[in-house]
Amino acid sequence: MNKQPNKTSNRPFSETIIELFIRLCGISSIIFVFGIFFFVFKEGASFLFNGLNIWEFLTSEEWYPTSLNNKRYGTLALILGTFSVTTLAMLMAVPFGLGAAIFVSEFCSPKLRETFKIVIEFLAAIPSVVWGFIGLTLMNQLIILVFNAPIGLTMLNGSIMLALMSVPIIVSIAEDALKAVPDSYREAAEALGATKWQVIYRVLLPAAKNGLLAAVLLGAARSIGETMAVLMATGHSVNIPTSPLSWIRTLTATIAAELGEVARGGEHYQVLFIIGILLFTITFIVNLIADLVIKGIRQS
Amino acid sequence: MEINTEISPELMFTESSIGKQNRYIENGVKIFFLIMTCLMILPLLLIVGYLIYKAFPVLSFEFLFTNPKDNMRAGGVWAPFLGTIYLVVVSLMVAAPIGVFAAVYLNEYARENWFTRIVNLAVVNLAGVPSIVHALFGVGAFVLFAGLGESILAASLTLAIMTLPVIIASTKEALNAVPMSFREACWNLGATRWQTIRRIVLPNSISGILTGVILQVSRAAGETAPIMFTGAVFYKAIAEGNVFAYNITDQCMALSLHLYTISTQVPDVSDVIPYGTAIVLVGSVLFVNAAAICVRVYLRTRKKW
Repeated sequence: MNKQPNKTSNRPFSETIIELFIRLCGISSIIFVFGIFFFVFKEGASFLFNGLNIWEFLTSEEWYPTSLNNKRYGTLALILGTFSVTTLAMLMAVPFGLGAAIFVSEFCSPKLRETFKIVIEFLAAIPSVVWGFIGLTLMNQLIILVFNAPIGLTMLNGSIMLALMSVPIIVSIAEDALKAVPDSYREAAEALGATKWQVIYRVLLPAAKNGLLAAVLLGAARSIGETMAVLMATGHSVNIPTSPLSWIRTLTATIAAELGEVARGGEHYQVLFIIGILLFTITFIVNLIADLVIKGIRQS
Repeated sequence: MEINTEISPELMFTESSIGKQNRYIENGVKIFFLIMTCLMILPLLLIVGYLIYKAFPVLSFEFLFTNPKDNMRAGGVWAPFLGTIYLVVVSLMVAAPIGVFAAVYLNEYARENWFTRIVNLAVVNLAGVPSIVHALFGVGAFVLFAGLGESILAASLTLAIMTLPVIIASTKEALNAVPMSFREACWNLGATRWQTIRRIVLPNSISGILTGVILQVSRAAGETAPIMFTGAVFYKAIAEGNVFAYNITDQCMALSLHLYTISTQVPDVSDVIPYGTAIVLVGSVLFVNAAAICVRVYLRTRKKW
């Protein structure tokens, strides 16, 4: 937009103020992202640099922050909990999300597409605490019934909830990616006599693969950061996960469950903030990769 | 000269076996993807239906307008409901102007350079920060550093920052949809940049902006983690029927946290109360979303270009 008027001579002073305000709002996101990192870091910093054994923090499975004589802050079980529940959720969400995206973008009439998109928006709007509640009640009973398990609050339960929560993101971003493939690609393939399935499998998926990858990554980032659903649905016990039916606890759930009960400024309190830094870093990296992948398509 | 009539018209218009096979494959593929889509949509209907079915005995206006009683084992959801409205309204008042102006900056002022890319990246990352990390930020920045204490204000500010990307993204899309020629015409009449934005760009993109703002409301209403430690409490009694019962520096109850509390922390809650709370929460959020869709559809029909 380089044709905009740039003369500053004849404009009123009030406009300078407004433009300053607009610019300030424009960079607010940067300020907030740094602010988030800064303040979370600040609360946890003193213990992070004095006292916390970082190697043990990342590789020990012993999470005993309230032990009287031997406090241990090992988050391996929590990290594995987060990653296992996210992986299982993605195994469920990705096929359905991509399948739905293909259906919506390739097979739907415009009217049906609008309807589906509205339904997907509704699905995305359901609050995470409600998903947690569904996990606690309906899905709990279902899992007990189907798998004959003693308790239905398991990794499987949490990942079904996470899958349902991240599917709308996957669908909407994957659909954008498919829509970005030029129609001439489809027409060329169809002119060569390809069936719809061949067009999808041989032309669309390769052409849109970056966007689809970004969709999966952003869905995964959402699952990693999700708190309430996994807090309520995964059984809440610190455990190295061994099967989909084991009880686990995630990084996010640990912060949510314990922050209310710790003394401000204490070691345990600071460790929770350090977990926050860890989460922030993980999601930041995943989002960054997704962004680079998306930018990659625009440039090519 | 004789015309070769060996191929009869019927034969010409009958499918070859390969064509038939392809058609079957095509239909099969279509049905396969349709089933996948339906399997994704089914849970929504199932869940909402299940919640309504379970909550049916308590659904009434009385449930909405009475306080939780008897250690939250009876009564309604008035205090949490009002608390959620407070949190949403205050966070909206903060997030809407910042979000809209940030989008104006990104779409109208920013040039294509590395700095703009970083700003965009920051928006994406702000949207990706886990809600519990926002809670930690709220505790560190608003509750402790700014000295707001655990209050509606601190919780709302946390929510505002968390939901900012929703407003920025949809406003930016709306601004981007305004044709460039509108702006050029306005500049040629001698209008300044801000005059063009205020008189031409913003009025023409109001539907998208409104959609973003409404989606922010629905997002903020449902969040639990960011308000848990910044201002929402398990229990607080307020006057029934008085919409000004909370003070902005008070703590408040919130529907989402209330649902968490009564379904996990309070023993022996009668079954219907959590379901009732859940349906009030889901109902309000879906109602707000439906409003956003109606605004979008209505204003699209009146679009001038």
